[in-house]
Amino acid sequence: MSGTGIGQPVRRKEDQRFITGSGRYTDDFQLEGQAYGYFVRSPHAHAKIKSIDSAAALAADGVVAVLAGKDLAADELGGLICGWMVHSKDGSEMKAGAHPALAVDRVRYTGDHVAIVIAETLAQAKDAAELVEVDYETLPSVSDGLKALESGAPQIHDEAQGNLVFDWELGDKAATEAAFASAAHVTKFSLNNNRLVPNAMEPRAAIGAYEPASGDYTLYTTSQNPHVARLVLSAFVQLVPEHKLRVVAPDVGGGFGSKIFIYPEETVCAWAAGKVKRPVKWTAERSESFLADAHGRDHHTDAELALDAEGKILGLRVHTTANLGAYLSTFASSVPTYLYGTLLSGQYNIPNIYVTVDGVYTNTAPVDAYRGAGRPEATYVVERTLDAAAREMKLDPAEIRKRNFISEFPHQTPVIMNYDIGDYPASLQKALELIDYKGFANRKTASESAGKKRGIGFSTYIEACGIAPSAAVGSLGAGVGLWESAEVRVNPTGSVEVLTGAHSHGQGHETTFAQLVSERLGVPIDNVEIIHGDTNSVQFGMGTYGSRSGAVGMSAIDKAIDKVVAKAKKIAAHMMEAAESDIEFADGNFTVAGTDKQLAFPEVSLAAYVGHQFPTDEIEPGLKEGAFYDPTNFTFPAGCHICELEVDPETGATEIVKMVAVDDFGRIINPMIVEGQVHGGIAQGIGQALLEHGIYEPESGQLLTGSFMDYTMPRADDLPHFDVGLTETLCPSNPLGIKGCGEAGAIAAPAAVMNALSDALGVMDIPMPATPHTVWSILQQTN
Amino acid sequence: MTTVSMTVNGKAVSEDVEDRTLLVHYIRDHLRLTGTHVGCDTSQCGACVVHVDGRAVKSCTMLAAQAEGADIKTIEGLADGDTLHPVQAAFKEHHGLQCGFCTPGMIMCAVDMIRRIPNLDEKTIREELEGNLCRCTGYQNIVKAIKAASEEMRA
Ligand code: FES
Ligand code: FES
Repeated sequence: MSGTGIGQPVRRKEDQRFITGSGRYTDDFQLEGQAYGYFVRSPHAHAKIKSIDSAAALAADGVVAVLAGKDLAADELGGLICGWMVHSKDGSEMKAGAHPALAVDRVRYTGDHVAIVIAETLAQAKDAAELVEVDYETLPSVSDGLKALESGAPQIHDEAQGNLVFDWELGDKAATEAAFASAAHVTKFSLNNNRLVPNAMEPRAAIGAYEPASGDYTLYTTSQNPHVARLVLSAFVQLVPEHKLRVVAPDVGGGFGSKIFIYPEETVCAWAAGKVKRPVKWTAERSESFLADAHGRDHHTDAELALDAEGKILGLRVHTTANLGAYLSTFASSVPTYLYGTLLSGQYNIPNIYVTVDGVYTNTAPVDAYRGAGRPEATYVVERTLDAAAREMKLDPAEIRKRNFISEFPHQTPVIMNYDIGDYPASLQKALELIDYKGFANRKTASESAGKKRGIGFSTYIEACGIAPSAAVGSLGAGVGLWESAEVRVNPTGSVEVLTGAHSHGQGHETTFAQLVSERLGVPIDNVEIIHGDTNSVQFGMGTYGSRSGAVGMSAIDKAIDKVVAKAKKIAAHMMEAAESDIEFADGNFTVAGTDKQLAFPEVSLAAYVGHQFPTDEIEPGLKEGAFYDPTNFTFPAGCHICELEVDPETGATEIVKMVAVDDFGRIINPMIVEGQVHGGIAQGIGQALLEHGIYEPESGQLLTGSFMDYTMPRADDLPHFDVGLTETLCPSNPLGIKGCGEAGAIAAPAAVMNALSDALGVMDIPMPATPHTVWSILQQTN
Repeated sequence: MTTVSMTVNGKAVSEDVEDRTLLVHYIRDHLRLTGTHVGCDTSQCGACVVHVDGRAVKSCTMLAAQAEGADIKTIEGLADGDTLHPVQAAFKEHHGLQCGFCTPGMIMCAVDMIRRIPNLDEKTIREELEGNLCRCTGYQNIVKAIKAASEEMRA
């Protein structure tokens, strides 16, 4: 089908409301009688709360209530949870401390939640928050993951002695040791993966509302997965039974992982609404986003690569210390373990891998999934270490990759994953052409004569998306299944509503999902409505993260459409007095094979609801079908990103001259949207490599980069034009052949940029972000 | 409390507001024009850009009282009835938005940019966008949209 079907760059349906200012984000809602909440936060990284005196605040103008941890405890609400159980080497369960939504007697990071002040206006709530007197006894704090493990480090949770939440391992230690013993060459490399602050442009927000007549609660919130939020708030926090809580995630202004999690603020707003019997609204100020949104990354890693004399990899050994922050956020434990260690094989045939990861509590904001979640960290380790090896062995970085690419599928790696399909040389080849690799030497010479240092860097990355087969992730510790649901409702007139458990916060589902329906049912795209983000209208679903909504969410829709078509065929058979097996359906028309009889889709949908032309004791009236789709495997998007850059040795400033990305995402539904996803991902990846860094002051545990004045977000003039290309191997693990495209840029780009920088400077050991100061300092040392 | 009076999207408005009310909050909370967004607390992101007497201004950087008597245009007032402004149309055509949160500020900024600068090239557009953050698009399609709109409007 042309025009609006699969593969077409259909302009987005959702754009109309966003470009005219009529989008509806959480903060845009004003509920009748709403009061405003403002959080009293800990100014200290670590302290005992000796007392809280809210008398003065309560007496202030307009104040409705001041609620603190003891009030939550009195209502016997549960704490926030981490939904993925990780075990240590010795088989013991991870050591998770309690995570109350409001601190009771101890605060553990700067910005930790102490109380909420609720007032008639936001200004009154803020003013009164100043009057809440909290008597703290400050304690020593630690913000660095490695330092938190040293003996004598401040103890953060009693449950996790020495601040060690888990020491996890994956792979065959003895076999890997043997591989190292037989190696002709061993490369050792240590790297950091800098802490990032997600910074979706829409700050988190929540409005809790309570209906006394019915006892129903509603939570409007900036969520990527409203059903999961409802499940956690009812089953674990035990705010209210699931059927008494409605969670609405309306238009959401970007997530990148940070809006997956069930946070204290949203929880408190819902609970407080019941306490004060009126809606309670909270919207984060950006400084609160910096302090209290879950951060990303923050790894220290030592990697060793064993190779034979030809540069073929024999083994990889990795030890990582993952800073998890002060509390375990919703999926914190899975990110540096099962989303990380399992990807350490990269695109390469690595017979032996052994990885150990220490998950560590520190006095910092909780760390959880941020665009890529574990996979950027894995890619960074593999791609940087491989480049270090190539440099040591004097091999061309493209050549060492070619020598090690996996070429037969399916391929079982030593770290759980079974790669179903891919063509790694193809994306490398296409990227080499796009960047004109052959011409690089000349360009480098030209740069040199202009006093600049030019470098080129590769990242042939792989990721596991489409998360995930429920039983598989269950066996790895996930507390939930990771299927997705869809309901396809055909109206009598033939227009279609799709209720999806996926949630769109920039991905364009209202368009791409409609393209699938349009393609399959022959319905004009304008007659398709995609409904998401409201637990009252949509059946249970798992939400959007991990590049799963195409591979898993659309597969659920596809399955439901199969059922719709099957039923419609039955009805059409009766209408045209033909055998069901003779009915064919294509381009929106039902035909009887070998005849000129035909019925348009709306004729059949109308008949389905009228119920006159078929036996309703055999076929139920109506045309509405649902499906829950559980994937059979992860999907494995992969590709090659190449960065070419120039460094000015006078200033240390890096300019990316060319950024090429060639990705294999399987089947593409809308190439325009896919390209946009790649652009956005690369921007975040370049941001990580060159600009962004969440820094805590080591002594005080204060967040030094706590605003857009201090934390360098990529701006338009920091970024180059991206050259994006595609290769395609269709994913065999889902009916549509989709692999997922949302995270590739953020996963691949950091290693490409840093490898290019290493090439330019002739130095492997460069920390991220490679700011001009960092680069300049390295140049001073090496010159 | 201060009484502020101004014209917003061609309509005269007048209201008592607390002295400290920022223009952006007046627009969003009092006038309920929620297309103008708040993305930061340090005047760094540009999500709040509106036109004040024809010039692009971050509406979080001024008090409502400072806009006394001004002619304000917000994203809601940009289209001509059902006809999109060329910049709005270009953002859609060139996929210059994803989550849409930065979009109103980007568009209002772009309209002003095109008014001020003839023959916008990519480099100039990128420099001019310094004050507007987008976390979704990597800017490439925003730049493309602005360039296309600029060319169309000059033609
Ligand atoms: S809200 Fe005005 S610049 Fe960010
Ligand atoms: S489109 Fe999401 S921030 Fe720009």
